[in-house]
Amino acid sequence: MTTAALIILTMAIPLATAVISLAVRNQPNLRDSVTLAGAVALFICVLTVLANFNMGLPFDFELIEFQPGIAIAFHVEPLGMVFALVASSLWILTHIYGIGYMRGNNEKNHARFFACFAVALFATMGIAFSANLLTLFLFYEVLTVSTYPLVAHKENAEAKAGARTYIGILMGTSIVLLLTGIIWTYVITGTMDFSPGGILAGKVEDGFVPVLLGLFAFGIGKAALMPFHRWLPAAMVAPTPVSALLHAVAVVKAGVFSILKVGVYVFGIDNLAATGASVWLMWLAAFSILVASLVAMQQDNLKRRLAYSTISQLSYITLGVALATSMGAIGGGLHIVTHAFGKITLFMCAGAIYVATHKTEISQMRGLGRKMPFTFIAFGIGALSIIGIPPLAGSWSKWLLVLGSADAAQVRSMLGDPSWPQLIMIGVLMVSSLLNIAYLIPVFARGFYGSHRDVAPEGGWRAAIQEAPLFCVLPSCITAFGCLVLFFYAGDIAGFLEPMTAAIPASTNGEGQ
Amino acid sequence: MTIFEAVHQHAPMLTVLVPMLSAPIIMLFGNRQAAFAIALTASTTSFLLSLQMLLLVAQGGVISYHIGGWAPPLGIEYRIDAANAFVLIIVSSISTVVLPYARRSIADEVAARHHTLFYACYMLCFTGLLGVTATGDAFNVFVFLEISSLSTYVLVALGAKQDRRALSAAYDYLILGTIGATFFVIGLGMLYMATGSLNMVHIAQVLAEGESNRTVRSAFTFIVVGMALKFAMYPLHRWLPGAYTYAPSAVSAFLAATATKVAIYVVLRFIFSVFGIAEEFERNTVQYIMMPLAVVAMFAGSLMATFSLNAKTLLAYSSISQIGYMLLGITLLNSTGLTAGMVHLFNHALTKGALFLAVGAIIYRTGSALVPHMAGLGRQMPWTSASIVIGGLSLIGAPATAGFVSKWVLMQAAFEAGMWPIAVFVVLSSVIAVVYVWRLVEVLYLQPAPEGRSVSEVPMTMLVPIWALALASIWFGIDADFTVQASRTAAEALLAGGFGGEDATIMGTRGRP
Amino acid sequence: MEGGFETGFLLGHMNYWLFVILMMTGFYIVVARGNLLKKIVGLNIFQAAVFMLYISVGKISGATAPIITGNPDEVYSNPLPHVLILTAIVVGIATTALGLALIVRINESYGTIEEDEIQQHDLEQYDKDCARAEEAR
Repeated sequence: MTTAALIILTMAIPLATAVISLAVRNQPNLRDSVTLAGAVALFICVLTVLANFNMGLPFDFELIEFQPGIAIAFHVEPLGMVFALVASSLWILTHIYGIGYMRGNNEKNHARFFACFAVALFATMGIAFSANLLTLFLFYEVLTVSTYPLVAHKENAEAKAGARTYIGILMGTSIVLLLTGIIWTYVITGTMDFSPGGILAGKVEDGFVPVLLGLFAFGIGKAALMPFHRWLPAAMVAPTPVSALLHAVAVVKAGVFSILKVGVYVFGIDNLAATGASVWLMWLAAFSILVASLVAMQQDNLKRRLAYSTISQLSYITLGVALATSMGAIGGGLHIVTHAFGKITLFMCAGAIYVATHKTEISQMRGLGRKMPFTFIAFGIGALSIIGIPPLAGSWSKWLLVLGSADAAQVRSMLGDPSWPQLIMIGVLMVSSLLNIAYLIPVFARGFYGSHRDVAPEGGWRAAIQEAPLFCVLPSCITAFGCLVLFFYAGDIAGFLEPMTAAIPASTNGEGQ
Repeated sequence: MTIFEAVHQHAPMLTVLVPMLSAPIIMLFGNRQAAFAIALTASTTSFLLSLQMLLLVAQGGVISYHIGGWAPPLGIEYRIDAANAFVLIIVSSISTVVLPYARRSIADEVAARHHTLFYACYMLCFTGLLGVTATGDAFNVFVFLEISSLSTYVLVALGAKQDRRALSAAYDYLILGTIGATFFVIGLGMLYMATGSLNMVHIAQVLAEGESNRTVRSAFTFIVVGMALKFAMYPLHRWLPGAYTYAPSAVSAFLAATATKVAIYVVLRFIFSVFGIAEEFERNTVQYIMMPLAVVAMFAGSLMATFSLNAKTLLAYSSISQIGYMLLGITLLNSTGLTAGMVHLFNHALTKGALFLAVGAIIYRTGSALVPHMAGLGRQMPWTSASIVIGGLSLIGAPATAGFVSKWVLMQAAFEAGMWPIAVFVVLSSVIAVVYVWRLVEVLYLQPAPEGRSVSEVPMTMLVPIWALALASIWFGIDADFTVQASRTAAEALLAGGFGGEDATIMGTRGRP
Repeated sequence: MEGGFETGFLLGHMNYWLFVILMMTGFYIVVARGNLLKKIVGLNIFQAAVFMLYISVGKISGATAPIITGNPDEVYSNPLPHVLILTAIVVGIATTALGLALIVRINESYGTIEEDEIQQHDLEQYDKDCARAEEAR
């Protein structure tokens, strides 16, 4: 099968899944198996794309001409490949988890829920394989609109308010800032194609580069860069599978992925480094990292705490771009993967706790770890990975980011600029790790220590276990295990990502041919 | 001469003549079913003829049709270039789509004894709009304009069965419309005094040769103000909300999609083809008066829409804001801007047509157009509600909808003209569109249906026209090649000035040289 | 033209002055009067002013009506504006007729033809709509 057909398939499968699951909405088992089959098929399909990509097959494909000279087009490159793999593999687990959660929790409107979920995946695939800014923007907005019903799922006043913030900020920023940035870029350069080394280099006056970068960095509201981060905590009213896959992986990662892609393929890392246009973004990212961590510490609601943690972690990736070194960008790319596995574990655990006990506040979770040992251990592994403790995956991406900061400092000093801001970033990353410990470990620790010691179960600890349904627990254990496995493969992923920052395409994978 | 040759030879005339003759025939039959059949046949015929003409002039040619074989400038000429062929397509296609819908809709909204009258007036209105568009004779524009306007007043007043406010709205419209038309005719008189001609091509030639003087300038002013009243340029829009709100739904849809568009076309034709924009006075009027008003319209219209109680009023105010977009494109006075204006004429016709039809469908079932009364219709009328969402997204300008294409070209034009604040205004005002569209979405989907109201989906004859327009507004949002290309040809035809110059394909001379 | 407001300028453009006065009179009535019927009257005066403008434009001093007399030296008035305005008059009559018909209908359903009273009724209706909407909420 040609790669063109495969790329169509990666988008057609989730879309078809959505349609079919709506068509058979009255037969729950059939509906859920169809969706599961769709998720598996998608993953296989993405794997095939990967295989083709590694063989160096052609992978440029124009779907339709939008306007003379501008097409909706797709293109496979390392970053998008990694993103698609992460999203499609985690969709399978989240779907299994979602079945358990939705049934265990007696939620309504399953068909709409899973259909919107599939459409969101369709949009994610489109973003991952987009070949130009227009395609990216198109699927970016599809993702916004398709996730709106998921956020508003409960249809109560709280959900409505949350959904309003969600759509307001995401649509507002994308229409006002991102679209302006895209059209401005198009008018300046006459093209919108992502191309290695960037398309803007030398086309814009240096003074305007930071402005344009600002339009993109803030316009991509999904990256939750402060001060446009409020939609993410607001989106936590959604059922937990949504928070897990979409607001820890697909949607937010689509945001930082877009920033990475724009930084690498539109601005160009070298261009950013030469103009110093991204220094302000670096500061802002550092600010977001620290402040969001501090806010996270204040939250008692577990999902809100995780949401602020996500905001902080997303800014790591933005920071990776803003450092304007290839090491930073690769670190950012790797962090997309490692954070995805870590955070989805945490969210799935939060959901499992809710299904089993209906508790949402951390202060209520004293001693729960004894009742739900698997959930809490998975949570602990996810937390440690996010903190960045070896041998868990998160340690690698953080390490690369630190290296990237050091590299950036070196680049600055070679250019004759002061290099202390980049060195401070190393400090920021370190402090942030400490803050991660401060807000994640207590949740875990509280589960095992505390007052439940005196309420010793009568029939021994085995009888006391009240885990959530298997469908809820198993996926989080798998992703926690994934955090461990990824530690050993992080080098391969980083190596895979490396060609993206090379201005001159490496011949083997035919970058940009 | 075979019949096909004859039809081909007289296509410009027949396009207008067929619907015109259908009106008295409808009255002669006096039968509701026959009236519908005749109207639909006539409308379809016009559509096919317009399509044939568009294909003829799509590459930039001009058709000059001499009525009765009398050569212009003495004889009356119909002159078709890419610009008005495009508008003819808009008018005739919308009319053909709305008619099947109207059959059901007016059965509900208009008293039975007025049904044949309705079709007759509808066809007269249609005739007028086509005539205004097709003619190359300035006075003919006035006559056809009044044919369409007078029948429009009647059509609006037919809404009186539903709500007596239709009468006062029709009266207001009559007064303001007549003032507009009279201003226009004053302008024509002055133009005639200055040039001694009524043929647009000839007037343009005479004006181009001579010096500009006060008579020409006042003619310009009267014509622009008069037509601005007709197309509801802010702040001359007072008649529009009432007329669109209280007219029968099919009429609102037809008028919103075509009448204002045709009036804008007339202004375009006069500004660019007759007066030309070489003169400083004309340029200044356009840039320093019309452009700011267009920007104000974008905001004021959207804001008023946000606070509207009645869904049709909401759509009407949204029209005022969208007219601002079209005008803005035109007043940028460059080729891309004009393309934006033209393409938005088309795209907005589709979008607003679909929305008014959908709201009409809701009125057909629930009997109310008030926004709060639409609670829970997302479940009870899923197809209609979905089409409102599509139309709404297109109003916002979300990608993959027609509105996005317009916004794209408009912003591109603003950047090309070096007026980036204009681009910022465009995106800011579309954020307000998010607010009023989402008001509808929330009510439709997130509020429970009131107790005891169970309505079902509207019949197919209504649903098919709604979805034809809704799908068209998606289709032309993804594959905008045709619309943008056609608009660009039209824009270039207009910018070239002089209505196509000397090289025209002459028709209708019955073999005379 | 010598410029300024000389008598010759004033008198030489007499038809225009009258047109302006008549037009503004009509326009003022349309805008200022609250009675729907009077508005129609104003509209008619407004349009009549335009008819006058057109007709007077066709006038050529010393010319006769545009009917061929056979005399090659005969000067004719320009018939075209006259013909044009015939159409405009027809349109004007149609507008007047339609306007009056609407007034009759308005009188039937509102019981008044005063604009402010009609607006009052419409406002009350709007308040009722609001109340109905409030119920739905």
